[in-house]
Amino acid sequence: MENLVNIFVKSIFVDNMIFAYFLGMCSYLAVSKTVKTSTGLGLAVVFVLGITVPINYLIHNYILKEGALTWISPQYADVDLSFLSFILFIAVIASMVQLVEMVIEKFSPTLYSNLGIFLPLIAVNCSILGGSLFMQERAYNSLAEATVFGLGSGVGWFLAIIGIAAIREKIRYSNVPAPLRGLGITFIITGLMGIAFMGFMGIKL
Amino acid sequence: MSQDREPLFSSKNLKLLREPLDDSNPITVQVLGICSALAITVKLEPSVVMALSVVFVMGVSNVVVSLLRAKIPPRIRIIVQLTVIASLVILVDEFLAAFAYEVSKQLSVFVGLIITNCIIMGRLEAFALANKPWPSFLDGIGNAAGYGLILVIVGFVRELFGSGTIYGYQVVPEQAYTAGYENNGLFILPPMALVTVGIIIWVQRYRNRKLIEEQQS
Repeated sequence: MENLVNIFVKSIFVDNMIFAYFLGMCSYLAVSKTVKTSTGLGLAVVFVLGITVPINYLIHNYILKEGALTWISPQYADVDLSFLSFILFIAVIASMVQLVEMVIEKFSPTLYSNLGIFLPLIAVNCSILGGSLFMQERAYNSLAEATVFGLGSGVGWFLAIIGIAAIREKIRYSNVPAPLRGLGITFIITGLMGIAFMGFMGIKL
Repeated sequence: MSQDREPLFSSKNLKLLREPLDDSNPITVQVLGICSALAITVKLEPSVVMALSVVFVMGVSNVVVSLLRAKIPPRIRIIVQLTVIASLVILVDEFLAAFAYEVSKQLSVFVGLIITNCIIMGRLEAFALANKPWPSFLDGIGNAAGYGLILVIVGFVRELFGSGTIYGYQVVPEQAYTAGYENNGLFILPPMALVTVGIIIWVQRYRNRKLIEEQQS
């Protein structure tokens, strides 16, 4: 249990998807104009990460990893399919995103039209595939750990996009130099937020 | 291409190559493909390798999707596109692991993340699905080059100030260190990549006034 809390907090603050790895920057920059839309996108990311990381964990451990197929028959002990992981992971993610898209379209048409092109683009949101690939690289021990890691990364992403959206809503009233307006200043603010988040580095619970 | 006998490098086609370098640069104007651009630019070498990989994947995937564009049912096009890209990325990944192991270690998950690099998906959706193979190929190469250009600039700046080297060779002379010069450790850390790109955008828009965004609504 302690271990799980540790992973959760670590994936939110220390290994924050945006500030430590720059994953999912594209939609982060493009959708963060208002707090409302970013809340929607953030929730969608938490949801998709929370589902796809555990599914991919099972795929990785029971199908792809070297010796993972021994549960079928011991003769497969030296089959290593891990070169297939990109394709399988992305297939799981793309189908999950399609599902989320259908659910949101049904229950919240306003949110659906607000998110627009960025909903299908969650499929290519680097943070989602990145979550699965980091899960594979860090070799978590149990399904629970992988799930908590997925959710934690999603929450970290969520916090980051809400933060930047709130700042961008306020900065409209400031006199930013014309060439820096919009995209440029958002980059610099994100950099400053990243420096702040580095304060969490090395925290152990 | 052949019916209307348009020359291979007509001005229209050359524009496809040239525009992404400045006026519609994928990173600073279209805001695509930021993720990988920032994470691997601590040194120049991985930036160059990354840029070359993206040029390869984009050129080939644009051609493949453009050839298949009449055959792909619109409903499942995203999955088809991802499969094409993922297969190409697997090739790149295996190639790097075999011939450039050190760099491939440094890039770690970011080679895999080329799949979700929004430039590739974005250009497939916006261009290759509606155009013939040759213009699509040029569009892919052009955009990948525009992406690579920013990558190399950021990598150059960060390596120069962060480690005092360029492509692994010492460029800041020893005397400077003995005279009290120190590498700026901040440039090695992730946040400075964002600030560097922010400044690139600033300079670019200062030179190219028409890119300036209106006061937000």
